[in-house]
Amino acid sequence: MQTKVENNKAWFLVLPVFIIVAFSAIIPLMTVVNYSVQDIFDQNTSYFVGVEWFKQVMLDSRLHDALIRQFIFSFTILLIEIPLGIGVALMMPTKGRSASLCLILVALPLLIPWNVVGTIWQIFGREDIGLFGAFMSFIGVDYNYASNPIDAWSTVVLMDVWHWTPLVALLCYSGLRAIPEMYYQAARIDRASRWAVFRYIQLPKLTSVLIIGVLLRFMDSFMIYTEPFVLTGGGPGSSTTFLSQALVQQAIGQFDLGPAAAFSLVYFLIILLVCWVFYTTIMNNQKDK
Amino acid sequence: MAEITLNALAHSYSENPSKAEDYAIREMSHVWEQGGAFALLGPSGCGKSTLLNIISGLLKPSDGEVLFDGKRVNELKPEERNIAQVFQFPVVYDTMTVFDNLAFPLRNIGVPAHKVTSKVHEIAEILELSDQLKRKAKGLSADQKQKVSMGRGLVRDDVSAILFDEPLTVIDPQLKWKLRRKLKQIHEQFNITMVYVTHDQLEASTFADKIAVMYNGQIVQFGSPRELFENPAHTFVGYFIGSPGMNFFEAVVQIDAQDNANIIFGEHEISIQETMLEQIKKMGCEKVTLGIRPEFVHVWDGKNDDAYQVEVDYVEDLGTYKILSFIFNGQTMKARLSEDQKVPSGQIFVSFPEQWTKVYVNEYLVEPSTTASTSAHKEVEHAN
Repeated sequence: MQTKVENNKAWFLVLPVFIIVAFSAIIPLMTVVNYSVQDIFDQNTSYFVGVEWFKQVMLDSRLHDALIRQFIFSFTILLIEIPLGIGVALMMPTKGRSASLCLILVALPLLIPWNVVGTIWQIFGREDIGLFGAFMSFIGVDYNYASNPIDAWSTVVLMDVWHWTPLVALLCYSGLRAIPEMYYQAARIDRASRWAVFRYIQLPKLTSVLIIGVLLRFMDSFMIYTEPFVLTGGGPGSSTTFLSQALVQQAIGQFDLGPAAAFSLVYFLIILLVCWVFYTTIMNNQKDK
Repeated sequence: MAEITLNALAHSYSENPSKAEDYAIREMSHVWEQGGAFALLGPSGCGKSTLLNIISGLLKPSDGEVLFDGKRVNELKPEERNIAQVFQFPVVYDTMTVFDNLAFPLRNIGVPAHKVTSKVHEIAEILELSDQLKRKAKGLSADQKQKVSMGRGLVRDDVSAILFDEPLTVIDPQLKWKLRRKLKQIHEQFNITMVYVTHDQLEASTFADKIAVMYNGQIVQFGSPRELFENPAHTFVGYFIGSPGMNFFEAVVQIDAQDNANIIFGEHEISIQETMLEQIKKMGCEKVTLGIRPEFVHVWDGKNDDAYQVEVDYVEDLGTYKILSFIFNGQTMKARLSEDQKVPSGQIFVSFPEQWTKVYVNEYLVEPSTTASTSAHKEVEHAN
């Protein structure tokens, strides 16, 4: 047997990455941790308060409401975007010019920045100058996102679906292309119905891309900020105030840095927890098979 | 049960085929008799898989027709053709159990549940999968997966032919042999027409009663493994079957003053069967290709006046036998030496038995036609 040559110099090669990660993630995060356990008045005056801020945040009913809204929002858009994305991917052409054209068209919304998306829909939905708003009032629907919470909600959901379904669709499209032709041929010979082909060939082969799709969409939508902010600033009332906006109001609006820092950490842990639970459940499920 | 007939079949992947090279399958007619075990043998890219996909209906041929028991099936989809196909890579439905996989084709056509159960158990028994029925198909090994995909073809009572597209490619060598025997056994048990595509001559000859050798989009010979070995109808068959392949060399036909044809290779006259000579003369060709299998080249131990003097190049020891490479008239040829034969070196003498020296014109074998042989005999008698 050959003995391995120990070469600890290799660690130096990892050092640059470590420094970058430290500056980009660990140090800022530690600052937040620092804020969350202290009451800071100015540069030289600060008191250690322990878990006081965490207690306050946990009991804040405003944040509870925002959290519930946030979960409802994330699940709503997942319920729409995932099936819709799969559907779009299934319908996209696979070969030739039309395939490239379709890919470009589908990918287009992904290229637009969040605040622009918000602005587009903000104008699009206006009754006086927006096409969508004018159309709604033309067919007799009383649509006003500025005053009606349901309208505001559906506009934000619609915006997100419009903006991000393409991501799910593109992921699924690549997943579908990776299925060897043989599977479809075997299914034809086995006289499988279209539904059976989807259920037993396409869906199982899409599992891994769908996991990524769900995780990405969950994390992103759970952090949604710009779109509702541009549309109504979280209103009407606080009907479209989601977690990040509540956080921003607390941190920058009221300058309550301590509670805001505690809130950020809780927020971060929720996302981490949900993703972890989701991922391990799916993976365990996969193993049994 | 079905007899599969290919009638003037041709296929091209390009839309407007103009020259012969555009065709993956060049016009051919062929019959696979009912109940036979056949192999379709050829190098990669010769059109084997294309032909198989045309039979199963996954591909529509550009020209000609496919007949099952005399009935045209060109317009029928694969699902309507009563065939099963096993692919190069095992295709299983990952999320289903082995049982559900095997039951899938039956459930799709609405077979009642109790019949499905008994049929699946019967087939699982034959394929030795009974103890795996409750497992998810995803966790199976490659050979088990391939058995499952085969089983999906066997459960259906209506299957009249099973097509195999290089089914053992991803199987371990030891299991290959086992699985091939299983196939053979299934063939004997079910009396199903089986067509087995492969590029491995050993696989083809152990599985099939008759082998179709395919080359450049055409079946160049269809016969038993022995026929392919002893009487290759095309230079490609000679080259592809056997290891090493046939020795080929170009020779010139000379007509002498007595109007006799002589086959000349360099300074040597090669003697071939009289009937063959007559045929060549009749065909009036100036050049022919001669072929002889290394197994049939006779290597003399000593000097022999009837044999050709050649130079030994090298000898390869392949364990049970040795392959001798020698240079004859500037061309390298091979001969197979038996185990107990002494290993020659330097200048040696070889001869080509007339019976095994085959003549090819334009790549195809010249058959000593019966009319040619009788006329030749008559001439001989006349001369006498």
